[in-house]
Amino acid sequence: MHDKTIAQLSAGLAAGEFSSEELTRSLLERIEQFNPGLNAFITVTDDVALSQARAADERRRQGQAGPLTGVPIAQKDIFCTDGVRTSCGSRMLDRFIAPYNATVVEKLNAAGMVMLGKTNMDEFAMGSSNENSFYGPVRNPWDLDAVPGGSSGGSAAAVAARLTPAATGTDTGGSIRQPAALCGLTGIKPTYGRVSRWGMIAYASSLDQGGPLARSAEDCALLLGAMAGFDPRDSTSVDRPVPDYVAALDRPLTGLKIGLPKEYFGEGLDGAVARAVAAAIAEYRKLGATVLDISLPNTHLAIPAYYVIAPAECSSNLARFDGVRYGHRCDQPKDLLDLYTRSRAEGFGPEVTRRILVGTFALSAGYYDAYYLKAQQIRRLISNDFQQAFAQVDLIAGPTSPTVAFNLGEKVDDPITMYLSDIYTIAVNLAGLPGLSLPVGFVGQRPVGLQLIGHHFAEECLLNAAHRYQQITDWHTRTPPAFA
Amino acid sequence: MMEWETVIGLEIHAQLATKSKIFSGASTAYGAEPNTQACTIDLGMPGVLPVLNREAVRMAAVFGLAIGAEIARRSVFARKNYFYPDLPKGYQISQYELPIVQKGQLTIDLDEGVSKVIGITRAHLEEDAGKSLHEDFQGLSGIDLNRAGTPLLEIVSEPDLRSAKEAVAYMKKLHQMVVYLGICDGNMQEGSFRCDANVSVRRKGDPKLGTRAEIKNLNSFRFVERAIEFEIERQIDLIEAGGKVVQETRLYDPDKGETRSMRGKEEANDYRYFPDPDLLPLVLDEEFIATTRASLPELPDTKKQRFISQYGLSSYDAGVLTTSRALSDYYEATVAALGGEPKLCANWVMGDLSAFLNKENREITASPVSPVQLAGLLRRIQDQTISGKIAKDVFEALWAGEGETDAIIEKRGLKQITDNSAIEKVIDDVIAANPEQLAQYRAGKDKLFAFFVGQVMKASKGKANPQQVNDLLAEKLKG
Repeated sequence: MHDKTIAQLSAGLAAGEFSSEELTRSLLERIEQFNPGLNAFITVTDDVALSQARAADERRRQGQAGPLTGVPIAQKDIFCTDGVRTSCGSRMLDRFIAPYNATVVEKLNAAGMVMLGKTNMDEFAMGSSNENSFYGPVRNPWDLDAVPGGSSGGSAAAVAARLTPAATGTDTGGSIRQPAALCGLTGIKPTYGRVSRWGMIAYASSLDQGGPLARSAEDCALLLGAMAGFDPRDSTSVDRPVPDYVAALDRPLTGLKIGLPKEYFGEGLDGAVARAVAAAIAEYRKLGATVLDISLPNTHLAIPAYYVIAPAECSSNLARFDGVRYGHRCDQPKDLLDLYTRSRAEGFGPEVTRRILVGTFALSAGYYDAYYLKAQQIRRLISNDFQQAFAQVDLIAGPTSPTVAFNLGEKVDDPITMYLSDIYTIAVNLAGLPGLSLPVGFVGQRPVGLQLIGHHFAEECLLNAAHRYQQITDWHTRTPPAFA
Repeated sequence: MMEWETVIGLEIHAQLATKSKIFSGASTAYGAEPNTQACTIDLGMPGVLPVLNREAVRMAAVFGLAIGAEIARRSVFARKNYFYPDLPKGYQISQYELPIVQKGQLTIDLDEGVSKVIGITRAHLEEDAGKSLHEDFQGLSGIDLNRAGTPLLEIVSEPDLRSAKEAVAYMKKLHQMVVYLGICDGNMQEGSFRCDANVSVRRKGDPKLGTRAEIKNLNSFRFVERAIEFEIERQIDLIEAGGKVVQETRLYDPDKGETRSMRGKEEANDYRYFPDPDLLPLVLDEEFIATTRASLPELPDTKKQRFISQYGLSSYDAGVLTTSRALSDYYEATVAALGGEPKLCANWVMGDLSAFLNKENREITASPVSPVQLAGLLRRIQDQTISGKIAKDVFEALWAGEGETDAIIEKRGLKQITDNSAIEKVIDDVIAANPEQLAQYRAGKDKLFAFFVGQVMKASKGKANPQQVNDLLAEKLKG
């Protein structure tokens, strides 16, 4: 059962081959067996899962089941879950029980999905390797010496190891797509505003976007359809109908114009990754797509701009964690300043602290124009690059990450090298565009991801292109041998 | 002695009278148990997001249009970052570079009919913080977040004010305006309308502004006046003694009647303002502005002029009757019900009615005597059923809820005597009873006329028509 996609599980549940309770129990057993070696889950919610599974089975008996009813999912621990610890991978929220559900959680609950638990992540979603978690690093099921990517590393590892058919993630600079690539999964970061951010603990509000990680484009289409939509509680969510992503999956790709930005194939890209990507592009030609060379000339400015904007926003977003109302509070504060400084110094890990400091500096009087405003200008230039590209092409394709998964500990002492692993994904967040990563091969035993970037609200097109590719290839069906 | 000039600018925080908070659905009602009116958004829980209250925007626009300001078609909410225990998110959502209201003005009335135009630089929307409570927690502080997220309009004046008196006149005019517009309840005890004053002095003729001190949280007109006066004197004394004013924030101590330093400029926060990424820029279209403009009530100054021209009132009376919308509404309803006699109505509204309201500390909207009832009473003065003096007794009975005017007159037998023969009868009795006074009067002691009037009125229990009494008595006393 654990090796089935959502589409297959949905069919099995509908046909009465197994109940949601049976499915849930079997996955909870797998989690019990494999999670200690992977550290993919921070919290396993057995009781919630079983009661939701029984409710889903009951709903099915009453003929009220939808395609996702009774299907298990894991929630990234950045989404608030009513009555369940929501740690955001931080000591700061180690004992924080959220008093409400995120909109994404609410919607998936409403669809009848079963929450298995909360997945590990880089602290406050800051990281590209899942090594910045208070709960320890997560291992990549394809190679236990390798990182799963980040920040949604726990979600990616859990799906790759077949502990759950799907998981939610969030993506501020690549945090869905990069771990999807490093773990051989399909993951989509929707257009900014497509999925509500209500209840999703903010890292960088103008960049954060939730989305699914799953085994196939089809599963992502099913999940995104349930997660997306206008939410009056999120002023940046867009009031626009959600298309039927599943219905669009089988459209032929004939005449589809795919652009390859030359900046995504230059220095720093691993040769074996480049070859896997080239092979995937060749498959797209076979599917009827036309491939064009394009340019996104400001690509090299994306990382510097991101590492001003995201820290600036995070320095403000994380100010609420002050030890006053909830979260970590230091022992015996001697005065207010001591309460603030010790609670925060103890509650936040080094990468979060670094970004808060960088962001505070960038927003300070005298530096604001040189850093924050300049970064915003670059952000517009990057958006313009994409605008111009989408005047010529329907999709942009390239590697998701310049290398396959690296080893645990390999980059922890070198933040700049770590930041470069998001070089192809970050610009997409800065421009608010949708991006998808799908598996297109391996280097050794470590997966390679292809990134597809679409115009605003072109999720249908991305999922369609990924699905057609998955109809003629089988990379996405491979299971890590240790977890077969 | 050197001549000094004072330069004052005021920043006034008016709490907007919305039902719910500026970025959440929690109630803004005052006085609830601590933290019972603070939802997850007001508490700054992880993952929560602000959604702008439309009504707060409308109210800000109403204010802007009323002071002839520009309404920004696009304004931006920014985060003002600082740590404080009653600031749940670690930042306050405010407006910084692009406020919703820009460049307005307000005309204030000074002594002897002089008026002065005061520039209003800007007015912006922002959220209030919570409250720290320092009592009853065994040495710890308590936090009440009921007020957190309450909508405020911060109204910033140009440094156009030249004395404490002008500052108070401006503040009172602004207070009248926001209450008139129905966008603020104006309750200063509850903090709905409070003021920070920027005060500096310079030698007369000096084009350069002096260094200013900011006096925080002045929540009464009297405190504003006293604090500014104290501060002016302090600064002048300091400079004359060879010292220098430092730029700083000062707090007014109403018990001691003095201001004292709170924090200096070197300790000033760097608020690290930046646009709030959780809120889109606020875009207002022409239709919204036109609709809002059409909804504006008649403003106090316009209404005052109309009262002068339409009702023939004095400038003073028109000014008093237009101090609040409720008062002017009451007055106009009375005139309408009576069908005229605007001066008589003005005298009664400003006189007996106001006196009774003051005595019982009631708002005019809570008056037990309605405009229609008051007009009913005035009609009986007008048609000479009762005298003005008797009317005061009837009014008291009306106030006490003893029924309508005519019933009260009837029940108490207060109807005015206008029958000449009846009055003559009373006069004859009075003359007969006072032969001595009559003799003196006839001997030339004219002053005794008033004595006879008094006796006649007394004998008629005040009901005799005073004019007829005068006429008939004069006739009879001649002999």
